[in-house]
Amino acid sequence: MPCLYNNRKNIIMKFKFIEEKVAKVLMIVSSIAVFAFVLNIIYTIFRRGIPALNWDMISKIPAGGYYNGGGGGILNAIVGSLYIVLGSTILGLLISIPVVFYLNVYLKKDSKLAYVARLAFDILFGIPSIVYGAFAFTIMIFLGMHTSLGGGILVITLLIIPIFIRSMDEVAQHLPKDLLDATYALGATKLETIKVVLRQIAPGIATATLLSVGRAIGDAAGVMFTAGFTDSIPTSLSQPAATLPLSVFFQLSSPNADVQDRAYSAALILIFIVLVISILGRLITNYFSKHKI
Amino acid sequence: MKSFLYRNPTRASWAEDYSFLNKSSKEKPDDDIDTGEGDRIKKSYLKVSGLNIHINKTHILKNVDLEIPDKKITCIIGPSGCGKSTLLKTFNRLIDDTEGVKYQGSILVDDTDIFDKQTEITEIRKKMGLLSQRPCPLPMSIYDNIAFGCKMHGERKKKKLNDIVEKQLKAVGLWEEVKTRLNASASKLSIGQQQRLCLARGLAVEPEFILADEATSALDPISSKHIEELFVKLKQDYTIILVTHTLRQALRIADHVVFMYLGEVIEAGSADEIFNNPKQELTRKYLEGAFS
Repeated sequence: MPCLYNNRKNIIMKFKFIEEKVAKVLMIVSSIAVFAFVLNIIYTIFRRGIPALNWDMISKIPAGGYYNGGGGGILNAIVGSLYIVLGSTILGLLISIPVVFYLNVYLKKDSKLAYVARLAFDILFGIPSIVYGAFAFTIMIFLGMHTSLGGGILVITLLIIPIFIRSMDEVAQHLPKDLLDATYALGATKLETIKVVLRQIAPGIATATLLSVGRAIGDAAGVMFTAGFTDSIPTSLSQPAATLPLSVFFQLSSPNADVQDRAYSAALILIFIVLVISILGRLITNYFSKHKI
Repeated sequence: MKSFLYRNPTRASWAEDYSFLNKSSKEKPDDDIDTGEGDRIKKSYLKVSGLNIHINKTHILKNVDLEIPDKKITCIIGPSGCGKSTLLKTFNRLIDDTEGVKYQGSILVDDTDIFDKQTEITEIRKKMGLLSQRPCPLPMSIYDNIAFGCKMHGERKKKKLNDIVEKQLKAVGLWEEVKTRLNASASKLSIGQQQRLCLARGLAVEPEFILADEATSALDPISSKHIEELFVKLKQDYTIILVTHTLRQALRIADHVVFMYLGEVIEAGSADEIFNNPKQELTRKYLEGAFS
């Protein structure tokens, strides 16, 4: 019998060995697939975008007949997108940090309110931006408002708040109980623990901000109804504003191949902005989370 | 029965340690509190009476009556799950955050009932420095860890804060080790240093009590010894309440011992009495190691 036993053991060992190899190969294949996908997108944008990219693109607003091959650039869309991203990120942070703080510090772990709130944010997370746009549009009509930068900022804020809250909440839920207890033991009120909590969840705030900025800058449907589109740079919150994704959309819709190439340049600029914001975000996070325990 | 009495390496002799017992019986003041355990407790700031704690219908603490002597080390011993930590967390009302907690009875600190609606909870907590099982430095620099509490209680002057940081770090013997890197992150310290930092952080808000919940169980032997020595030194100024799993630790440093079992205080008294001459059968069995 010992011989048979050994034999079986060997087979099992061999099977485990093969299993390990196959799993490893599968993992490598999926990683390569994702990477190839990203490279392909970047390659396409660069191949078509780089030739059309020039200084005018980023320094001028569209001249007459720009969408039919006329001169000018997309400065209106770059500035409009930056305004909307900046405005909505600041508003979003101001609204979501208190919510996350309330959910995790004031409410008890198994609170029903927290459960319902989290469920609601999950649902909001999944609602497409066009629905937010349509919703905001209805309210704007009701209030007699026109498409405007302010409207765009508001709808994008609504869109990114669930992202902010859920991604910060994921980190805040792992806030060590001991850390809160240690702070309370020093005589801190719940509100005073916010200094400790914010430092501890700083990486979560940064990740949430990066995710939100990505979504905010890339959203076309939400701003279509609310911010509108214009060839000029908005000078107040009540003026309409252009955005990069819509600019890409309008240029791609053109039958003119040159204008289509400009759409790729605009996409390139969009990716570059996201890249810069991501790098900045990581640097800021590293600075703020250096004391994290 | 074997003698359980170990000598405390940090002190000269038991006779010296317990000299206060004799003194207090001779010079007993009129207003001394009669505890029913003789006149050992000379003065008590913390008095628990009829304390019952339920958490979600589980009776955690049952009719606890207790007095903690002032400026002494009180060790709360007992097997796991007997309510030691719950009792400790009740002292500074950290238990409030537990879902479904209900309490009856009273805990008097300086003659103020901590459960009284008028009592400011932050004031109670400020009086009780907490040292948890695992060191838990705040996510800040070493300096800010200590200054945080003082700033919170309104101290803004830079010079005063510097003095406090230096004084408290010296009090826990950490000053020499960290004085050149006060702005470094507290998480960079070794675990033993972190625990001493936490102690210094607690001392910085000028508490009257130090509550230590198995404060040395996560530390290496040398760091634990450091902390134990600190407790012995600090008891001159603070009342120290120590929950411990290690009987030997209680033997080494306790002045007063409380033995708990299944949420009840079985026996409380001076260390000498509990360890050498326990009155209750259960205490004797626990000390003998029949259960733990």
